[in-house]
Order: sequence, then C-alpha cells, then structure tokens
Amino acid sequence: MSSSAVNSQTDNKNRSSTEKSLDSSFIWLTRILSFLVAAVLLWIAIRVGLQAIPAIQEFGWSFMTGSSWNPPEQQYAILPMIYGTIVSSLIALLIAFPIGVACAIVLSENFLPQSVRRILVFLVELLAAIPSVVYGLWGIYVLIPFLKPIGSWLHQNLGWFPLFSTQYVGPGMLPAGIILSIMILPIITAISRDSLASLPPELRSGSYAVGSTRWQTIFSILIPAAFSGIVGGTMLALGRALGETMAATLVIGNSNALNFSVLAPANTIASLMANQFSEASGLQRDSLMYAGLILFAITLVVNIIAELIIQKVKKY
Amino acid sequence: MPTQEQQNSRSQTSQKEEMILKAEDVTVYYDDFAALRGVYMDIPRNQVTALIGPSGCGKSTLLRCFNRLNDLIDGCRVEGKVIYRDKNLYSDNIDAVEVRRRIGMVFQKPNPFPKSIYENIAYGARINGYKDNMDDLVEKSLRQAAIWDEVKDKLKQNGLSLSGGQQQRLCIARAVALKPDVVLMDEPCSSLDPVSTSKVEDLIHELKEEYTIVIVTHNMQQASRVADMTAFFNAEEGESGNRFGYLVEYDRTEDIFENPQEESTKSYVGGHFG
Amino acid sequence: MSSTTYNQQDNLSNLEASNSRPRTIIGTLLTVLAFTLLGVALLPLGLVIAYVIIKGANRLNLSLFTELPPAAFQEGGGVANAIVGTLILVGIAAIISIPIGVLAAVYLSEFAPKRVARWIRFATNVLSGVPSIIVGIFAYGVIVLRTDSFSAFAGGFALAILMLPIIVRTTDEALQIVPQEVRWASVGVGASNFHTVLKIVLPAALPAIVTGTSLAIARAAGETAPLIFTALFTQFWPNGLFEPIPSLSVLIYNYATVPYDNQRELAWAASLLLVLLILLASVISRWATRKSVY
Repeated sequence: MSSSAVNSQTDNKNRSSTEKSLDSSFIWLTRILSFLVAAVLLWIAIRVGLQAIPAIQEFGWSFMTGSSWNPPEQQYAILPMIYGTIVSSLIALLIAFPIGVACAIVLSENFLPQSVRRILVFLVELLAAIPSVVYGLWGIYVLIPFLKPIGSWLHQNLGWFPLFSTQYVGPGMLPAGIILSIMILPIITAISRDSLASLPPELRSGSYAVGSTRWQTIFSILIPAAFSGIVGGTMLALGRALGETMAATLVIGNSNALNFSVLAPANTIASLMANQFSEASGLQRDSLMYAGLILFAITLVVNIIAELIIQKVKKY
Repeated sequence: MPTQEQQNSRSQTSQKEEMILKAEDVTVYYDDFAALRGVYMDIPRNQVTALIGPSGCGKSTLLRCFNRLNDLIDGCRVEGKVIYRDKNLYSDNIDAVEVRRRIGMVFQKPNPFPKSIYENIAYGARINGYKDNMDDLVEKSLRQAAIWDEVKDKLKQNGLSLSGGQQQRLCIARAVALKPDVVLMDEPCSSLDPVSTSKVEDLIHELKEEYTIVIVTHNMQQASRVADMTAFFNAEEGESGNRFGYLVEYDRTEDIFENPQEESTKSYVGGHFG
Repeated sequence: MSSTTYNQQDNLSNLEASNSRPRTIIGTLLTVLAFTLLGVALLPLGLVIAYVIIKGANRLNLSLFTELPPAAFQEGGGVANAIVGTLILVGIAAIISIPIGVLAAVYLSEFAPKRVARWIRFATNVLSGVPSIIVGIFAYGVIVLRTDSFSAFAGGFALAILMLPIIVRTTDEALQIVPQEVRWASVGVGASNFHTVLKIVLPAALPAIVTGTSLAIARAAGETAPLIFTALFTQFWPNGLFEPIPSLSVLIYNYATVPYDNQRELAWAASLLLVLLILLASVISRWATRKSVY
C-alpha cells in the first residue's frame, strides 16, 4: 500500500511535464472556445452583411424609405414592414408592460406565501417556453375569432380615428401585437422581479416604519429604486418582439401595403422573410437578406442598450 | 406648546409615571417556535428605555412588536397584548399603518431612501397628510437630528451620498419629522464609528425631551450612558434545540448596573461592564 | 406644537382600521387590480394548453408516431418523420453546442481575467437576443450556400447557435456558485487545473448545467424560423445529414394555414407533442435544480 503510494507519487513527478502541457492546452481550448462564442456575434454580422451587399448596391437607402415590394418589377423596399415591425412591437409593449410589472410586483412582494409564489413563477416561465409557432397556430384559430367583436366595435365606434379606420378582417396588426405581448411578458416579469427582489429589505422596513402602506411603498420607494432594471427588462422584451417571427407571421396577414389601421393586415420584416424566402431567388432573395440586415441592426442596438442597463443594475 | 391641561396632566403623571407602552405577556412565534416568551414590560413616557442582552435573546423582536413591523416577516405571529395608550396594538381592528405613523423607528443599518435628502424627510410627512410648510418641517427635523448644518447646502443630493453616521442621523430626522409619540431604535450605532456614535447618543439625550425612546443595544456603556430604564433579556436552549429569549430583569438603569437582583444579570453586566 | 398640521394626531380612534378610509380602499383596489393582471397574464397559458389538448388529443394514437404525413386529400397519417427529424436536429445541435458552451463557460468562470470575462459575457448575452430568423439566414449563408443544399446539418447548426448562449450563461452562473474553498481544497492536494475543473468543479455544478441544457433543448425543439432557411421540410423520412429534413415545428407552420382538416388536426397534434416535450424539459430542469448542492 505504502510502496504503491510512493510509486504513484514518483510516477506523478515523472508525468508532470505531460500533465503541465495537458493543463495548459486545456486552458487554451477553453479560451479559444470562449472567444469563439463571442466571435459568433461578429461572424453573424459579417455574414449577413455580405449576403445583403447585392441588394444594398441596387437600392441603397431608398430600400428603407420606399413602400413597394414588387417581385414582378424587381422593385423592393420595406418601409411598410419597418412600420409593421415597430408598431406591432409597440402594441405588444403597451399591453405587456403594465401586466408584466404587475406580475413582478405580486411575485416579489409578500402578497402570497412563498410556496404559492414559486408555482406562479414557474407558470410565468412556462409561458415563455411555449414555442412561438404554437402561439401562432392558437392565434389563428382562437385569438383572431375571439377578437372579432372587439375589432368590429372599435371600427364602428372609433372608426374616425386613423388607427381603427378599416374593417376588422381577422389577421392584422392587433392580433399580432397581442400574441407578441403574451410572448414578451415573461421577460418583463422575470427581470423586473429580479430587480425588485434584489432591493435591500431595509428599504421596505424603512418605508413601512414611516407609516407607508404597502402600495405607497411599492410606488414611491420600490419601483423608483428598481426602475432601471424594469426599463432594461422592457428593452430586452422589445428586442424580442421586434425579431419574433413565427407567431407574427401566422396572424399578421402578410400584407405589404402600408396601412395605419391596426385592424388591417400588415407585415413585419421577420414575417416577410419567413414568407417569401422559399419562393425567392436572385434579387428578391438578396433583398430579403438586406431586410434581415436591417432587422439585425435594429435588434442589436436595442439589445445592447438593454444589456448595458441591466449590467449597471447588477453593479448596484 | 402644550396646553395648560396637558401640562397639568404631565405634572400629575410624573409622580406615578405615565406608561405609554405596555407589553403584557407578549410571546412571539417564528413559524411554530416561540422565540420570545412571556414578556411583561411598561415603558414610561419621555424617558429612554434600553433593551440589552446577548444575541438571540429577542430584544429586537420585542422592539418590532411595538410598531408591528413583525407583520412583514413571513411566519411571524405575536400573542399577548401590546398596549399603547389604552389600545391593544394587536387587536384585530387596529390599523398597523396608523401605528407606525405614531411609533417611529430607526434601524440598525442606516437605510435612507434612494431619494434626495429633502425627499427623505418630506416623503413620510407627505403620506401622513402633512399640510404646512414642508421646507420648515425639513429644516426643523434635520436640526433636531443635529445634521442640518452638514446638509443644508445639499438638500437636493441623494441621501445615499452621505457618510454612514450622517445617513443614520438623516434616518432619525426622518423618524422625528412625523412627530411620533415613541421612537424605537434598533442598535442605531452598531454600524457607526465612535465619533458618529457619540453624536447620536447626544442626540438621544436631546430627543428625550419630546419623545419616548426605546433603544436596543449591544453596548453596555451605551445603555448606561443614555438610558433611564434598562431591561435585561437572556436566551435559553428550548425544547427543540432552538434558543428562545425572555425578560430577566427590568429596573432603573443604575439599579440594573449597580445592584442587579438576578444572578444572570449580574454576570452579564459584570462580564461586559467591569 | 405643530400637532394640528398632522390631522390625525391625538385622535386615537384613528388607530382603528376602517374599511372606508381612502387609503384602505385604494390599497384594496390596487391589490385586486394586480391579481387580476396576473390572472390575465396566465390566462393565455391555460388557454393555449387547453386548446392544444382539446384539438390535438384525438389524434394522439399509434399512427401519429408511426406514419408519414398525409397528402392534401388523404385521411389519417401521422407525424413520425417530423418527430424523428426534430430529434435528429436537436441532437446535432446538442452535440455541437453543449461541449463548446460548457468549456467556454469554464474559461469565463475559472481562468478568464475579469475584464475579458465581462466582455465575453456581454457578447453572449447580446447573442441570445439575436432573432432566431437572423440566425437562420446566417446558417443559410454559412452552410446551405457552401454545400449547395438545404440539410439537417445546417438546421442543427442554426439551432446550436441559438442554444449556445443559454448553455454558456447557465453553466457560467452555476460554476460561479461553487465555493472558492472547493477549488482551493483540490489545488491544495496537488491537482492540476484540468483535474480540478473536470473532477471537482464541473460535477458540483452538474445539476445547474443539466437545467440550462434542458431549457436550451426545449427552446431549440420549438424553433421554426431558422429551420425554414436551413432544414426545410420533406414529406418523407429523414434521409441523411446532408438532405432536407422534416421537423415538428415546420410541420405545424406548414399545416397551420392549409384548408384541409386532416392536416390541420395534425398541426394541433404536433403542437401537443411539442408542449408535452417542453413540460418534460421544465420538469427535468426543476428536478435537477432541486438536486443542486450549492
């Protein structure tokens, strides 16, 4: 026993040079892979940029300002899709922000016992895990019919308002915005809840001790203190909504005409790409790549801002 | 200014000492475990009462009963009565928020709100329906907390930018701005340096004129310096191995320190004080 | 004394709770509102799951798992090829992304200088926000255009890119939680970095890594957008790694808008399978979290 231990020790000493090289090559391997992961972002940017070059050369800036997408004429511009992308995401934010923050409040304050809260947190996470194509399918057959009376009412009573100026035909901006809001709500809730829960508990007791009610504490002390986290989460959610494809594609109606009414069919950059790619070739395919590059640039900016805000919060 | 009537009543009660807070058989449970057991204690008006004892003896727990801050802790339950001016704070029909507006609190770690110095004072006053000149109240409260001269030129700055000692005095100003009857202090000097500590102790002496103060402290010297009355709590091993606290002895401060009746008081005070 | 400026001062009856007090009413209303909004948030979850079960359950039979999808006017059929395809795609993605992701995370938490780690973490987080459709056209450019064919491999590659940041982040977080003393103990008995990481640190963090990986797999299994640029779809059985391959998610997309009831029912049934898969992954990840040591 003791001799073998001694043996193995001398073995170890003999092996130490191989072991050293094994050790350093292991560290190098992890280092290379780690930089590779970071480099993927750059790689995507370069690759997507290269694929877009033919269309950029053809259309330049007018690609973003023109509004006709016309394959027979080989004329491509995506202003309606940029509009649709932004408006559907804003509708989604408008709905998801108040609901998401309310969920974060209920799930971070002591309204409910810990065990019940844990289950609810799990359910909200599950909401984020449902595949977007399933939401899309559900949107076509459940949400769109459900919204019909609401859409018709909006048009009949508020039709003078440009946003409701067309008949509700089913697929369109409104159902797309609602589906997107369901999908981004868990992001807002998760990050807002994190930043509310990470506030020091003395802040709460300090506020209660000067005679605040629970809701005065929430609105006047906790939400202002957690504000940047909530904003960061909302930006992240916006980035997700801008780039979301399948759910939007199935319910937005894929109309390439610019229409201000949220009841009318519209299109987003992502759903344009998903829809036309399989039949496209030549300049049309290049134009889809250009559209992809623009979407990538928009979401990149939004995500970088979101991450910067969230990173700052973590320091505090 | 106190009215004639109030003055009369004060002078009368000073002979038999008016009691503003009374704990009657208070037992505090965390989940199923009674962490503090059977406390009877009367707190006299306009005096400083210190709660001392080893850690885990329940002195902070008792303090938090006096303004129902224990309500915030999951699984915490209080039995017995806490009488504040003839009202039992733990009876069903009492509004805990109102209680906290009359019984202020200063915490172990300074916890100013992440707002301006001015807003730190004004926030509590505003939600309590204060309608007079806010600037006056802010100045008066900061003066009472002996911090006015240090901050008068930077009222718009964030309260968190102050030093620890200043933050704690800001928190005291925040508490007195509500004109509470009682100010509870939970080891207010434990995170402060000696200079700030002596400033806060001086402040406690002054505040006594207007307020009743109940202070939890680890520091024997501090208790003997600031307190009129002192209560000694001790902890014992409970049936499940958890430690529970109870009140051992409660008397005038000089009696507790010079002539304690109980052995455990004597050894605790002696060990820490001699 | 300025006691009059606080209108409630010295009026002890105020101590008593009253339901008619404005702030009591406002507080109750806000609480009710918050709970209502929580209900509104969870309602779609319940409705989606309910509809997927109602519309998909009647096709949940053996032929769903054994038969090929039907043509337009055919009856019956199943989604067997898409199930196999999804498993293959996710398998390729896992084989690529798990080793890379875990080792990259090892560098971040064990060896990297703080500044470098911060930048790489930042890039990883931004990568996780890149829309999946962009990853799709990226994989299209990198693989499909080079090999001149839509393929299972290209689809798996796209899914791997989507899984990568999730795996890196969860592994990185898990490794950071492992206490420093454990590493010192290992190094103290003369273990090399390689041994310390492989034999001590990674096993300690394993439950959390399993959690992250199963969440990443669940997300990849439901992805559709990148696959229509890479893996495409076929009506037939998968036929090698460098051929187009069917998947559940693309099947749902294709059949969602067709006018044929039979195919639409299969879309619902495929949705049910995906939702069940995701529930399974969530349960596994919860279970793994509970096993966690630290």
